[in-house]
Amino acid sequence: MTQTHEHTATTPIDADGADKTRWEIVREGAREDGIEIVHYEPPFPVPGTKGERRLQRVVAGMFLFTGLCATAFVVIYIFWPWEYNRSDTMSNLYTPMLGLTMGLALTTVGLGVMTWGKKLIPREISIQSRHDGASTPRDRQVITSTLLYMGDELGLKRRPMLGLSLLAGLAPLGAVVAAPLIGGMIEDPHKPTEPGGGSPLTTTAWADKVRLTRKDGTPIRPEEVSAGGQITVFPGVPHGATNQHADSPTLLIHLRAEDADELRRNLHRYPEDEGSVWGNFVAYSKICTHAGCPASLYEQQTNRLLCPCHQSQFLITDNAKPIFGPATRRMPMLPITVNDEGVFEATSDFKSPIGPGFWERS
Amino acid sequence: MRKRRKVDLRAMPGASANAIDERFQVARPLRGLFNKVFPDHWSFLLGEIALFSFIVLLLTGTFLTLFFDPSMEEVVYNGSYAPLRGVPMSRAYESTLELSFDVRGGLIMRQMHHWAALLFMAAILIHMFRIFFTGAFRKPRELNWVIGILLFWLGFTEGFAGYSLPDDGLSGTGLRIAHAIMLSIPVAGSWVASSIFGGEFPGNGVFLPRAYILHVLLVPGILLALIGIHVGLVFKQMHTQWPGPGRTNRNVVGERMFPRYAIKQGGFFMLVFAVVALMGGLFSINPIWLFGPYEAAVVSAASQPDWYVMFLDGSTRLFPPWEIRALGYTVPPLFWPTVVLPGILTMLAVAYPFWEARKTKDNRPHNLLQRPRDVPVRTALGAMAITFYIVLTISGGNDVVAETFDISLNAMTWAGRVGLFVLPPLGYYVAYRACLGLQQHDREVLAHGVETGIIRRLPDGRFIEVHQPLSPVDDHGHPTELPYSGWVVPKKMNRLGALGPAIRGFFYPIERPAEAPVSPGHPPVTSERPRDQLEDAGRSS
Repeated sequence: MTQTHEHTATTPIDADGADKTRWEIVREGAREDGIEIVHYEPPFPVPGTKGERRLQRVVAGMFLFTGLCATAFVVIYIFWPWEYNRSDTMSNLYTPMLGLTMGLALTTVGLGVMTWGKKLIPREISIQSRHDGASTPRDRQVITSTLLYMGDELGLKRRPMLGLSLLAGLAPLGAVVAAPLIGGMIEDPHKPTEPGGGSPLTTTAWADKVRLTRKDGTPIRPEEVSAGGQITVFPGVPHGATNQHADSPTLLIHLRAEDADELRRNLHRYPEDEGSVWGNFVAYSKICTHAGCPASLYEQQTNRLLCPCHQSQFLITDNAKPIFGPATRRMPMLPITVNDEGVFEATSDFKSPIGPGFWERS
Repeated sequence: MRKRRKVDLRAMPGASANAIDERFQVARPLRGLFNKVFPDHWSFLLGEIALFSFIVLLLTGTFLTLFFDPSMEEVVYNGSYAPLRGVPMSRAYESTLELSFDVRGGLIMRQMHHWAALLFMAAILIHMFRIFFTGAFRKPRELNWVIGILLFWLGFTEGFAGYSLPDDGLSGTGLRIAHAIMLSIPVAGSWVASSIFGGEFPGNGVFLPRAYILHVLLVPGILLALIGIHVGLVFKQMHTQWPGPGRTNRNVVGERMFPRYAIKQGGFFMLVFAVVALMGGLFSINPIWLFGPYEAAVVSAASQPDWYVMFLDGSTRLFPPWEIRALGYTVPPLFWPTVVLPGILTMLAVAYPFWEARKTKDNRPHNLLQRPRDVPVRTALGAMAITFYIVLTISGGNDVVAETFDISLNAMTWAGRVGLFVLPPLGYYVAYRACLGLQQHDREVLAHGVETGIIRRLPDGRFIEVHQPLSPVDDHGHPTELPYSGWVVPKKMNRLGALGPAIRGFFYPIERPAEAPVSPGHPPVTSERPRDQLEDAGRSS
């Protein structure tokens, strides 16, 4: 093929030749581009056969159906009851009808175009030669010389001070680009959110005398949680139940008597948490120490907390120690008590940082 | 003669073509473009699916930006969706609800956008498999392989950012995990996390606007540029082709781009678009109104990310609780499966073309594809990688599997941990043996011929199957062995044209059927060959 190409490329196309058909000109043009059309087969050499007319009808039918579907789409878009109404079947069908009409319109236009291309346009086999590999040695030599010449003209060897000063000058210029980006975004993770507070990574909204509240802010009395039950509690501070205090959600659990006994026995191994339970009530942070999801699935039978994100499991009766899955640290316990008004409150913040681990955490 | 004032419509095309060429000299380059030859094979369309779904993403995404508001400001919902009325939520979530319920046609656009994104990632992955298993990444196309891997990760980032924007219960949880992953980076983790989120999670309201600009401007811009380079390189280097008659390393055999090839591509684009439209209209995806707004204390079971994130979710679930604590510092276990593992996987993929070239001492350019069976080691390595990936992806939904099939969740985790190490080598072995078996069968057919399904009983009572040789037979009736040419070997009589062409027409024939075909399934009953020759034929088959 390559030889044919090289041979013909030098022969100009004689487009004026009166004897040349349009096809012959096309073919010669292709040859000049290094392409040999070796096979060209019109599917219907004789015009107007039954098969050709049939195909024409099929393609035309598809296009007309496209028009029909597209029109249906617009009509549905305008006149169908679109406003959301759960109990109205028609309004529930709005999006499916749009999808159906749009999808069918696009399907038929796609199939129509494809059929046209595949069945009505002549099949061909063309062979184009490739020009792989490197450029010619001459071209390479010229570009190498050009590059080297340009380098010489810059004269960095002759005037070394230029190069050094350019480097010394450009480095700070790069910093000009980086500085606003980094400087604008950088945020000290340990900067207290309010004056006098601790690092946000190790502190939460809980503190001494902060009430345990429900999502709506109401306090909780011991008798409101039955044995074996649990409730998600939030710090009783402004916006305590919102994402502003995403580190504070806590799980208050009312253990059954025998489980509470077991927990108290186990707590001897954790001196810092020994006085933190109140009666048969215990409160653990709800934020998983693995990746920060709420470890909210409470398995009453086995006294386990399960995090649904990565299936870490924590044993409630052993100070929420991780017993399965990827978590490595126990869920911190919130020290609680019941105050004079008979509602739950915290006696301090968590004794260890809640949530996922990080570098500075010892 | 009066001057004609009317515009001569029939002369318009010629006149404008002339005007354009006078200014831009397009005659010759345009011819070259129209004439460019493309080879054809169904597997070359996988990348096109990715390209076309990207176009759908741009179109639907532009629509969505007109209504979406990435604000984290807290508002109280009061729209059409009754169950959430009066619920405090972020403005981003509210505007996504508005898009779904209060914008005419907004829901189908949202769903088409999401389906197109899933299709985009799936097409990229399958396309990558095609490139890998056929050796299309070899010299001179290593750079395009690397760009392809970059495109995967950009698509991943783009998808995750878009998934996070609605600020619903599911994506907020995903975001919190992303925050924990940032925290887990040694030394700089807490600084990286608080800088990106603007403080402690979920930050002071800067994150969603940042994710938004990343999602609608920065990443799509880079994607667009890289897709341009990716396709441009295919154009410049010319597409690879399968071996076959007349096909060499130095040519491309196929169709010129215009008109047939381009028309087929256009039709295919419409079909991809159609599939996305049908899915967007008929199948619900990411019904954020069911998940509720993000609340730090709420999560539901079976929380799964989009499918292309699931392999990382799986690796996170499987990783054992190994935490490094030394000198007062911590490296949390989350760091290894979510930062180190994807880094290693990417590096392996990037390095593979260079490693293979080095290992096989192959520095030649390759424009002919290889059948996976002909390169058993590569195919087996690919099978190993896919097995590894599938174990991780299944583990990303192991709670759903456990619940559906009533298996212990912990057993699923352990099965994943063990499977991650046992199954990939098994995948390697099975793929390797399958390649050798297929190779052997190809050679067998080339040497002996195609099985005809005709059983013949020899005079001495033996049964033999008659084979149709693919090459001329010698004096003894033995076919001369054909060399393998790296392409499909016909293995059924139909492939040899043994059956006549089908009669065209749906309800009734539209053409006269060709001459009644002679089926080789019914050879003449009487054999004119003497006995000894029959026995020879029997031995040779």
